[in-house]
Amino acid sequence: MDKILEVKDLHVDFDTYNGVVHAIRGVSFHLNAGETLAIVGESGSGKSITVRSILQLLAKNGTISKGEVLYHGDDLLQKSDKEMDKLRGNKISMIFQDPMTSLDPTMTIGKQVAEPLLIHNNVSKKDALKRAEEVLRLVGIPNPQARMNDYPHQFSGGQRQRIVIAIAIVDYPEILIADEPTTALDVTVQAQIIDLLKELQQKIGTSIIFITHDLGVVAGIADRVAVMYAGRLVEFGSVNDIFYNPQHPYTWGLLDSMPTLDTNESDRLNSIPGTPPNLLNPPKGDAFAPRNAYAMEIDEEQQPPFFKVSKHHYAATWLLHPNAPKVTPPASILNRFEKFKKLGGNVK
Amino acid sequence: MEQIPQIPKEKFRLIHDENNKDQEKIGTPSLTYMQDVRRRLFKDKVAVVCLALISIIVVISILAPIIAPHNPNAQQVTMSNLPPKLGNLNIPGMNGYQNMGGHMVDAYKQADAPKGTFYILGTDYLGRDLLSRIIYGTRLSLVVAVLATLVDLLIGVPYGIVSGWKGGKTDTFMQRIVEIVSSIPNLIVVILMMIILKPGLTSIVIAIAITGWVTMARLVRAQTFQLKEQEYILAARTLGEPSMKIATKHLIPNLSSTIIIQTMFTIPNAIFFEAFLSFIGIGIPAPNASLGTLLSDGQKAFRFLPYQMWAPAIILSVIMIATNLLGDGLRDAFDPQSSEN
Amino acid sequence: MAKYILKRILYLFLTLFIIATITFFMMKMLPGTPFSNQNRMSAEQLKIVKAQYGLDQSVFVQYIRYIGGLLQGNLGTSFQFNNEPVTALIGQRLAPSMQIGAQAMVVGTIGGILLGALAAIRKNTWVDTLATFISILGLSIPSFVLAVLLQFYLAYKWKIYPVALWDNFQSSILPTLALSALPLGTVARFMRTEMVDVMSSDYIELAKSKGNSSWGVVAKHALRNSLIPVVTIIGPMAVSVMTGSMVVENIFSIPGIGEQFVKSITTNDYPTIMGLTIFYSFLLIIVYLIVDILYGLIDPRIRLGNGGKE
Repeated sequence: MDKILEVKDLHVDFDTYNGVVHAIRGVSFHLNAGETLAIVGESGSGKSITVRSILQLLAKNGTISKGEVLYHGDDLLQKSDKEMDKLRGNKISMIFQDPMTSLDPTMTIGKQVAEPLLIHNNVSKKDALKRAEEVLRLVGIPNPQARMNDYPHQFSGGQRQRIVIAIAIVDYPEILIADEPTTALDVTVQAQIIDLLKELQQKIGTSIIFITHDLGVVAGIADRVAVMYAGRLVEFGSVNDIFYNPQHPYTWGLLDSMPTLDTNESDRLNSIPGTPPNLLNPPKGDAFAPRNAYAMEIDEEQQPPFFKVSKHHYAATWLLHPNAPKVTPPASILNRFEKFKKLGGNVK
Repeated sequence: MEQIPQIPKEKFRLIHDENNKDQEKIGTPSLTYMQDVRRRLFKDKVAVVCLALISIIVVISILAPIIAPHNPNAQQVTMSNLPPKLGNLNIPGMNGYQNMGGHMVDAYKQADAPKGTFYILGTDYLGRDLLSRIIYGTRLSLVVAVLATLVDLLIGVPYGIVSGWKGGKTDTFMQRIVEIVSSIPNLIVVILMMIILKPGLTSIVIAIAITGWVTMARLVRAQTFQLKEQEYILAARTLGEPSMKIATKHLIPNLSSTIIIQTMFTIPNAIFFEAFLSFIGIGIPAPNASLGTLLSDGQKAFRFLPYQMWAPAIILSVIMIATNLLGDGLRDAFDPQSSEN
Repeated sequence: MAKYILKRILYLFLTLFIIATITFFMMKMLPGTPFSNQNRMSAEQLKIVKAQYGLDQSVFVQYIRYIGGLLQGNLGTSFQFNNEPVTALIGQRLAPSMQIGAQAMVVGTIGGILLGALAAIRKNTWVDTLATFISILGLSIPSFVLAVLLQFYLAYKWKIYPVALWDNFQSSILPTLALSALPLGTVARFMRTEMVDVMSSDYIELAKSKGNSSWGVVAKHALRNSLIPVVTIIGPMAVSVMTGSMVVENIFSIPGIGEQFVKSITTNDYPTIMGLTIFYSFLLIIVYLIVDILYGLIDPRIRLGNGGKE
């Protein structure tokens, strides 16, 4: 498969009032053509910052201190502002979290959707607006011709998110970065937006990086999943690998706290105790260790490397070291292992 | 990824969750809100400089009777309109020389001033020492500003709290009054008040305060409205704490930032109004000096004796700039969001 | 919208009525009349003069007469200036005041918008510091101090502009400059705050992600969104320009309303003070009304009513 995007050893720092926050501490992943990669993690884990670094849309106090972002082999971090402007909204575009605040309140939506076309392509205003109308129809805005001249406040949250998506796809981008596109929406609308994204991916053949903290959403859309914690990836693999053969205790914790169809009414949903570490002074060892019921001495001393689980499945936990003791994951995870066996997988 | 590091087996002992209790520890030492505000304020160099300037001016004003070299109202007609002179230092502009018909003449000699007399900022048309007048004038202007601001606080804060806290019909009624008062241009009210009342300190304070409280009342009301819905206030109400106690224990402390910041903008406003009224001749009556009367006198002689205008103009501008900038600094210190985003 | 404007106009008259009433009774509270200073008048003469101005009637009758006059657009008769009607006085003096007032507002607003936008775009650089410094100076230095300084250096010492004369455009430059400092400072500060706020909003980030250059983001999105709230401070600025005009007109000897007002105060010309007070209030209320309507027109969220067609 074609790797169209590859992030290598990304480090991002933020200068704050209290000191330098090491928000991203060595993240590497890649995106294959046509696939959907989900990046999962709780708030503050650095997923948004990671994808914003790809487009270099960080806040002013943030700097990419190390790493490469290879787009078709070209390092985007070496490009000038002007060259980046040409890529943004054209080859790589982004959908934002909050549709209520993402649209310019004083510009008609027609103009907002047509804007990327006018920036990147040599088209007339009329043609751009015509194309904007088509795309609005495509994303499911009813009666787009009439509503082109309306302002954002005249639309509901779900419709606004459709408009934000229309802006992102109007120029048929190769890569679509969706930063928690459903978080601010009602559950019913969430499903509609996910379906829309899947449908659009088929129609225009774009690759998607999908950021979310909600594993339930991931199952419906992703091909591969990367789990992030405290500025680092802890596990990545195919959807089945992550959902039915998770290896990292943090992934266990995430899955254990998610209700499934098998969850009985009497079962309690579990949560992961504690809070993520302060990234002003990142821990020396595994950042998850203080919250990890399976933590070992080595976790506090040394960061675990990625251990290979299967061909495309890796996890960064010392539990996979040959010298590590055999531990019993939570019951719900054991159930998942059972399912994995049925799917023909090889549980370690 | 492929190489598995060699690590001794005993490192892989499970720790379990015995030290999980530490995890809620917060990395940086926590500061109370006021400590944090102070720290931010003192980090702001501009605000610190302004605070120092204002403090110096205030101290000089308080100590005016000790510091002023002369009686500010003592006339000495033979010594009128003498230019600035600082001892025997021969600094141009500060040596007592004056341009007369194209020649620099020692004005002090011409006035037959006894040897050793000098006026650092010169004298006015009645031979009064300008430095002393400026020190006393600043004092008077500051007194006006502080009193007007106090009256502002005494009316505006309770009005705002009552209006915001009671809500409903009381609030609507009280806001109507605010609307009417604020739709009348405040300058006009001030001038009308000045015409009716006898010119003087009290009248100026009343005239300024009568329109000034509206802004304070509005801000306090809006803030009270928000605070009212906060959980801790709701809790205090549910527990049956008396209104007075809630106001003093919960509301005032949380309103303090709004009040302090607004006060910092009321003071220069009051100073301006005093200067304005005195400048057009309906403020502080003669022979007392305020920054406004000094400016007005100075303006009349400005063409020929510019020093008489410069000194009060600079002092007035410095006070205005310093209070405005300190107000900015305080706002940033109280609400870091306003400067960081 | 039409209903709203109608309601506002109704309020306008109500407010004016209240102002007229307050002004009237305040003036009546004054001890004596302007004639009491004039010792030359005998009791007989005083009586005749009082009757001539209707001052021998009861206060209530005088009040009814005054309000009645107001309704017919009569602001009373001046005690000075050959008993000219106050409206005629205003008529003669309106043009110069309006000219320098409008010029100062335009210069101050446009200058302030540019200065504030520049400061926001170059936030935390020396450009920002300089712009902030200029706006603080504009805010802090009273217009009459500035007027005297400008007059002394530009007109008296360097002779670039006339000292105090009112004939052509050139003679309006110095008073305009002196008056525009305050609106310039106010607008610049307000604009900077607004724009910094807008620049950190989500839709600006989205605009960047569309591939807009940083200049494109400012021109297409940030500027318009920060300009809309600036409209709201035009009212308070008109007040400060009006305040300033009273002394600035005096300093530059401009035959305007402000100069007249100050003169009336110093000569106890009560009918003129009253008339001008009401006129000033009327002007300001009109400005506030226009600003509110304008705000509704340029902000789509207000223009189309609240809520949306859902």
